[in-house]
Amino acid sequence: MAGLVANARVVASLGARSVRQTFRRPQLAAPIVVFPSLLLAVQTGGAGGAVNLPQFPEVNGFLDFMLAGAMIQSCLLAGNSGGIALAVDLEMGFTDRLFAAPISRYAIVLGRLAGTAALGAISAVYYVVIGLVFGVTYEEGVGGVVLMVLWVTLAAVAFGSIAAAIALRAGRASVVQGMFPMIFVILFLSTAFFPAELMQEPAATVAEYNPLSFVVAGVRDPVVSVVTGEGALKAFASIVGFAALGLGLSALAMRRRLRLG
Amino acid sequence: MNPALAIHWPMVAVLVRRAMNEILRVPGAAIPGVLAPTIFFLGLTAVFGELTELGGFGTEDYQSFIIGVSLLQGSGFTGAATGVNLARDIEAGWFDRLLASPAPRPVILAGTVLSAALRALIPAAVLLTVGFAIGVSWPGFDGLALAIIGVMGLATAAACWGCALALRFRTQSAAPLMQAGMFVLVLCTTSYAPREHLQGWLHTVATINPVTQVLEMVRQGFLGTVTWHETWPGLVTIVALVAVLAAFALRGIRRMAD
Repeated sequence: MAGLVANARVVASLGARSVRQTFRRPQLAAPIVVFPSLLLAVQTGGAGGAVNLPQFPEVNGFLDFMLAGAMIQSCLLAGNSGGIALAVDLEMGFTDRLFAAPISRYAIVLGRLAGTAALGAISAVYYVVIGLVFGVTYEEGVGGVVLMVLWVTLAAVAFGSIAAAIALRAGRASVVQGMFPMIFVILFLSTAFFPAELMQEPAATVAEYNPLSFVVAGVRDPVVSVVTGEGALKAFASIVGFAALGLGLSALAMRRRLRLG
Repeated sequence: MNPALAIHWPMVAVLVRRAMNEILRVPGAAIPGVLAPTIFFLGLTAVFGELTELGGFGTEDYQSFIIGVSLLQGSGFTGAATGVNLARDIEAGWFDRLLASPAPRPVILAGTVLSAALRALIPAAVLLTVGFAIGVSWPGFDGLALAIIGVMGLATAAACWGCALALRFRTQSAAPLMQAGMFVLVLCTTSYAPREHLQGWLHTVATINPVTQVLEMVRQGFLGTVTWHETWPGLVTIVALVAVLAAFALRGIRRMAD
């Protein structure tokens, strides 16, 4: 029990450090806020006429539809920023000092992910406020907004774990930074920006089965429609799947790093 | 040839060659400038392709509409990267040695920004190859020439912008500002849809954003015939952007030298 409390304290300390680090380095914070906000603004203004297409789902406005995409984009980028910061720690030898300390190795990764979770929650609240300011109607009310923040926070942890695995395996910030374009590939091949039935093949089929689309739908439902048990279950299962993949790969990468020194 | 130009041209050529050497020595450095616009081009086509059903796009193929934006995105990124490279040269002290040389300031700037114009042809070539492979309309030789002029012109303007910021902040940490500036300028145009479909603030911004003129000049060949009416505003904009931003960059060089 004492060990668990000690590890929880380490995770909290490293998490707080991770959040402070992000706000101190504009190059880590900017992608989480600037790029998704900019794309949200431009896509809403530029492609907003899409709501007039016959097959487009019933929504109050294109911003209502796009908000979930911006949130997921932001938490994917928060995960990537967390991975970059972890890789920088590895390059600078900070993580080696943590390895030498009498703390659980997994607490080191979980500490980073706690910070990513906090950033995910902050970005979710930011986009909820943006939505309120620009007239988004949250169909499911306060409860729905809480659910959106929860999904985005959990998704940030899941995506952060994948970025952490890459950072631990490569040990170089430039490699994790190189994943930046891949984030957009994954986003474009999901329903983050448009309904699958209006996308072109083969992207439409990929988007239909892309687990990221289920997470996006989980975040979007409270805004544009109603939350259903099936939708929530699909979103949760997808997040768990991403997290299991990321944490499994992180464990393997950590073991390899400790073995090779 | 103008005697002054004849004297200084070899210096400009040497600086351009030095910048171009980086492509051979660090080919990976060119990848982000190529990859990002290509991913956006393919992604936007796949996602927003059905927008043309709204009408007014001048084509039924969204890829033909969006290719111009991606070309300018590529040239914007490449131009901004020139600013990052200059910031690196400033940090490393190489630029101080250049300032101590007898080369006039405009020659130093010209060598740096002209390399950007040439390097911008790399993402343009990749984008056009990918674009034609997925059905972008052939713009005709005149349309293609105008697209290349637009790409090289905007890359020169973006390089001037990047250099002005590099000379102001003297650190590579200013890179996001260089790239985000061009990103905003290129996207806040008629990038996703024609002006009549733009909503709210974007309609106003796209109308006053000078890059909209460049985009419409580059885009016209892919949508139909090239006209002088759609061409001259783009050409004037490029000249004006380069003149204004080069003036800022030159002021930066002079301040640094003082």
